[in-house]
Amino acid sequence: MIAPLSWLKEYVDIDISAAELQEKLFSCGFEVEELTYLGRDVENVVTGKILATEKHPDADRLTVCKVDCGKFGIKQIVTAATNVFAGAIVPVALDNSTVKHEGGVRKIKTGKLRGVLSEGMFCSGEELGINNDFYDGAEVNGILILDPATPIGVDIRPVVGIDDYLFDIAVTANRPDCQSVVGMAREVAAVLKKPLRFPATDYAAVPTDVKIPVTVREPALCPRYIGHYVKDVKIGTSPRWLRRRLALCGLRSVSDMVDITNYVLLEMGQPMHAFDRDFLRGGCIEVRRAEKGEKIVTLDKREFILDSSNLLICDGEGGVALAGIMGGLDSEIKASTEEVFFEAAKFARDSVRKTSRTLGQRSDSSARFEKGVDAWLPEIAMNRALHLVEELGCGVPTKYRADANAADLTPKQIVTDFSAIERLLGIGVPHKESVEILTRLGFAVHEDHMNQKLVVGVPLWREDVDGYPDLAEEIIRMYGYEHIESTFLKDAKVTRGGYTERDKRMLAFKTALKEEGFFEACNYSFYSPKAFDLFRLGADAPERRAVKILNPIGEDLSVMRTFLAPSMLENVVRNVRRGNAEGRLFELAKVYLAEELPLKEQPKEETRLIMAEWGGGFFDLKGAIEDVAEVMGFALKFVKESQPYLHPGISAAIFCGGKKIGWIGELHPVISKELAFEKAPCLLELDYDALPQKEELRVEALPAFSDVLRDIAFTVDERVTCAEAEECILRAVKAVKSAELFDVYRGLQVGKDKKSMAFRLTFAADEDKPLAPETVDGYFKKILGALKAKLNAELR
Amino acid sequence: MDDEKELDDVVKEAIKEAEEAENSRMLYERKMRFLGRVGIVMNFMKRMKDIPPERRPEFGKKINAIRDKLEAEFSRFEEKLRQRELEKKIAEENVDVTMPGKHKKTGALHPVSRVKAELIEIFAGMGFEIFEGPEIETDYYNFTALNTPEDHPARDMQDTFYLSERFLLRTQTSAGQIRLMEQKKPPIKMLCPGRVFRSDDDATHSPMFHQLEGLVVDEHITLCDLKGMLDEFARVMFSKTSKTRLRPSYFPFTEPSVEVDVSCAACGGKGCSLCKGTGWIEVLGAGMVNRRVLENCGIDPDKYTGFAFGMGVERIAMLKYGINNIKLLTENDVRFLGQFREVD
Repeated sequence: MIAPLSWLKEYVDIDISAAELQEKLFSCGFEVEELTYLGRDVENVVTGKILATEKHPDADRLTVCKVDCGKFGIKQIVTAATNVFAGAIVPVALDNSTVKHEGGVRKIKTGKLRGVLSEGMFCSGEELGINNDFYDGAEVNGILILDPATPIGVDIRPVVGIDDYLFDIAVTANRPDCQSVVGMAREVAAVLKKPLRFPATDYAAVPTDVKIPVTVREPALCPRYIGHYVKDVKIGTSPRWLRRRLALCGLRSVSDMVDITNYVLLEMGQPMHAFDRDFLRGGCIEVRRAEKGEKIVTLDKREFILDSSNLLICDGEGGVALAGIMGGLDSEIKASTEEVFFEAAKFARDSVRKTSRTLGQRSDSSARFEKGVDAWLPEIAMNRALHLVEELGCGVPTKYRADANAADLTPKQIVTDFSAIERLLGIGVPHKESVEILTRLGFAVHEDHMNQKLVVGVPLWREDVDGYPDLAEEIIRMYGYEHIESTFLKDAKVTRGGYTERDKRMLAFKTALKEEGFFEACNYSFYSPKAFDLFRLGADAPERRAVKILNPIGEDLSVMRTFLAPSMLENVVRNVRRGNAEGRLFELAKVYLAEELPLKEQPKEETRLIMAEWGGGFFDLKGAIEDVAEVMGFALKFVKESQPYLHPGISAAIFCGGKKIGWIGELHPVISKELAFEKAPCLLELDYDALPQKEELRVEALPAFSDVLRDIAFTVDERVTCAEAEECILRAVKAVKSAELFDVYRGLQVGKDKKSMAFRLTFAADEDKPLAPETVDGYFKKILGALKAKLNAELR
Repeated sequence: MDDEKELDDVVKEAIKEAEEAENSRMLYERKMRFLGRVGIVMNFMKRMKDIPPERRPEFGKKINAIRDKLEAEFSRFEEKLRQRELEKKIAEENVDVTMPGKHKKTGALHPVSRVKAELIEIFAGMGFEIFEGPEIETDYYNFTALNTPEDHPARDMQDTFYLSERFLLRTQTSAGQIRLMEQKKPPIKMLCPGRVFRSDDDATHSPMFHQLEGLVVDEHITLCDLKGMLDEFARVMFSKTSKTRLRPSYFPFTEPSVEVDVSCAACGGKGCSLCKGTGWIEVLGAGMVNRRVLENCGIDPDKYTGFAFGMGVERIAMLKYGINNIKLLTENDVRFLGQFREVD
C-alpha cells in the first residue's frame, strides 16, 4: 500500500526523516518495500521570471529569453516553447541540473543553441513528473507557467508538490486495517509515541422526507450495509489538495463526488460507491444473490452474465452494482447528478474474491475487500465522506441513513495477566510500558490490581486480535525485538534426535550412486502430459493415470509424475544440447499413484530411482546399478523385456527378490532420433521402496584353503545368453562359486551365427582339504559335458 | 703335472671369461661351458681313468676344489652383473610424471541435498528427530489445522496448486507439524524436511522447492529459546560471528510471528551487494506456536508452549554457494552439478 509522507504528517507529527521512519516501520512489522523521493530526478531546478523575449537570430522556431532567477542571477535561456511570455514565472533548469525525461533522467548543461548561449532549460510539467492534479496547467503543451504569486529563485520541488516521499509498504495479511493512510498513521503514531489526529468526521445534516430503504438478503455475504442520502448535489472539480493526494497514490481525478469515494478508500480503507439516486428505480436497495443468467453492465461498459454465486446490489428492478467490485453503468455519477446515495458496506472477502476471479473483473474496491474490511469501518468512513461533501460544498448531507447491520459491534475483551505474556516472550516488559503501547494502538486497557488481571478491550478494527499471544506480539513489536535474549531451552526435556533408519539408508544409497560417478538431479514433481506421447505409451498405460493439477502454471507443468523417466530424459537432452557429451545423472523422488481419478483418496507416494547414462552404453549403466546393489546388500536380476520407449533389443526388466521392480534399457531409436541424439542414452527406473532393507552386516569366516580359478571358453549358438550359460555351469558343479563372463568373440574362426564365450570359474575348496588339480579337471569335464548337452557347446 | 698346469690355466681363463661377460645370458653360457655336465671341468673328471690310482684322490679333490672355486666366482660375477643390470634398468625407467593420473570419476549429491543434510545434522545434534509427511496433502493439514480456515486472508499469501476440492500440493512443510503432533505428545523436537509447491515461477521463485520445518513443544518454551536456537544455527551454518535479528511478521500458525534475518556473512554486517546494503539477510520465518494449532492436535496450550521455524533449503544453498539463479538448481547441467564434487 502507498502512503505519502505529507499525507501521514496530517495525522501525526513526524519529526524524523523519511529514512528513519522507514527503519521505525520495519522494526514494528511494516517493511517499506520502496521509499521514493518524488523530486529525486529533479535537481537544481528553480523558479524564474521571464524578463524579456526575443526571436533567435538564426532560428524561427526558437525564442531567446532573459530570466530573473533571484539569487541565482539573470540567465539567458533559449526555448522552442511557444507559450512563454515576458512576466511569466516558469521552472528553470539551471546549468548542471537534472529533469525527468522519457522515463529516465536528463542532464541539463549550459550550451549553445544555433550559436546562441543557453544557460539551462525551461521545464514542462512532464519534465517535473507532475500532471494537472499536482499543479494546474502541468499538462499544457509547452512550459509550465506557474502561479504569478510564486516567489522567484526558489527550489521548484516544494512549489509543485514533489518535495515528498512515497512509502510503498508491505502489509501482512493479518492487518487489513493498515491498508489505509489513517491505518498506517495509527502505527506511525504508536511507534513514534505521538498522538494521532483522526480526520474530521462531523457534518451538519438536514432533514429529508426521502427514504431509500435497504434490505440485505444475504447477511453472511454482506454483514453491514450503510446507505446515506445526499441532496442538492452540484458536481464539480475537487480542490487541488485532494486531487494531488489521489495523484500521489496513482488515481486520476474524475469529479468531486467520485473523488470523495476514492479519497475515503485511500484514507480510511473503506471502498465506497455513489449512486445517482435518480437512476435507482423504485427508490430502494436490495442486496441479494444474482439469479442465473441475470446481466449487468458495469461502468467500464463490460457486460457480465451472472449466477447465484455473485452478490448483486439491486434497485427495485434489477442490478445496479456488482457488490464490492464495480457499480453499474446506468446509476453512475454524471455531471448532471443532483442526488446521491452513498454506499459504505462490508462484503465478505471470499465472496468478492470468487466473483472477481470468476468474472475476471477487478477494481481497487474489490482488491480492498479481498483483504478484509471490518464491520466498524463503514460507519466511520461514511461520516468522513459526508464531512468531505460538506467541506467541498458539492452537496448537502441529509439525515437519512439506512444501516443494515448483522455484525456484532461489541468490542472483544481479553482477560489475561502479565505473567502469561512473559511466559511466552521469555522476558518481562515493564508493565507501564506495556499498557502504554497497547493504549497507543487503540486498546482499552484496564489493570485489575486486586485480581492481578489485565482486562483489554480490542478495538473494532483489530479483528485479528483474539488472545493474549496477540497482545504479547503487539507489546514486543513496539517494545523492540532486540530486547529478546538468547536462551537455549533452559527448561526443556532432553530428546533423542537424528536420522531415521530410512533416511540413513537413503543417504548411503545416494552416496553409493555418487561413487559410481552419478550426479544427483532435482526435478519438478510435475511434468507435461505430452511426455506420454513422446514415450509412446499406449492409451491404457498406467503412467497416463496421472493426478492433474487444477490450476497449473502451464500445460508443461500440469500433471503429477507417475514415473521419473520423462524429466530425466529432458535433463539429458538439455545436457547434450549444451555440449555435455557424456554424463551420469540420478534422481530419487516420489511418484504419485492414484487409485482413482479424479482424486478421492490420498494417492500413494512411491519413491523411485531414475538413472541416466549418456556417452557410454547399456553395460555401463547396468554395471553401475550392480555395484550399488552390492554395496547396499541386495542382488538384482535382469530379464529381457522391453518398454514402449526402450530399444526392444537392448532393454530388460529388473527383478529383486523374485519381484519385478523396474526396467533398464537404451532409449528407443525412434525417440532418440526425434530428440536428435547422436547416440541413444540409457535409462533405468526402479521402485526404491521395493528394495529390501539391509540386514545387519555379519562377517563370514575365510576358507581354510584357497579357491582355484580356471578359465573356460566354448562356442555356442548366437541365441544362447550369458545367463543361460552361467546357470548351466553353476548347476553342473556345486563347487563352482561363481562363473563370470569375461569375453565374447565372434568371427570366422567360430563360424556363422555362433559365438565364443569365455568364463572365469571360481572353484571353492572343501573345508578340510585343498582342491587337487585332478578334482578340478574332473569338474571341468563335467561342466563341459553339461554345456554340450544343454547348450550344444563346443570347447574352443 | 701337465694336468695341473692345464687346470690352473682353465681357472684363469674361466675367471677372465666370467669377468668379461657382458650380460647374464653370456655369463650363463660361459658358466655352462666350464661347469656344465659336459663342460671343461667335467671333462677333467673323465680323465680320471688315465690317472694313476694313487693320485686319483688328490686329483679328484683338486677338481672339486676348482669347481667350487669357479662356482663361487661365477656366482660373484652373476651377482655383480645382476646389480649392474638392475641399475641400468632403474636408470632407463623414467616416466613423465606430469601425465594425467588414472581416474575413477565420482559424482556428487545435489546442493539442496547437501545443505539439507547439513541442516539436519545441526538440529539432530540438538535432539530433533526427523518426520516426513506426504507431499500431496489435504486442505485440513495444510491450512485448516494450521489456523488457516477457508476464507482466511493468509490463504492468499501462498498460491496453492489444487488437485481436487480436498487435495492440494502442500505449500509448506508446516503440514508435518499437525501430522506429528496428532501422533506424539510433548516433549517434541521435530524436523520436517521436504518438497513444497507454490504457483510461482520467476528468477527467484520456483514452483517447487524444499523447506525444512522445525518444531519444539514442551513446558516453559519461550521466544528467547527460539532466538537462542537460531543463533546457534546461524553460527554453525554461516559463520562463527553470525548474529540473528528478529522482526515482526505474520503466519497464521504462530503468534507472535517473526521473520529472522542473519547478519550478512559476506560483509560481516557492514552492508554489501549480497545483503542490498542492509547488513542482514532474510533466512527464515518463525514464531511461537499458535494456541489453536496445539488445540487442534489435542495438546493443552495452557500447559505447553512451543516454537516453530521454517526455512527454504534452496535459499540457504544459494546464499552458501553464491548461486544467483534458482533455475540452476533444477536444470541439472552436469557442469553445474560437477562443482559439488568438492567437499566443504
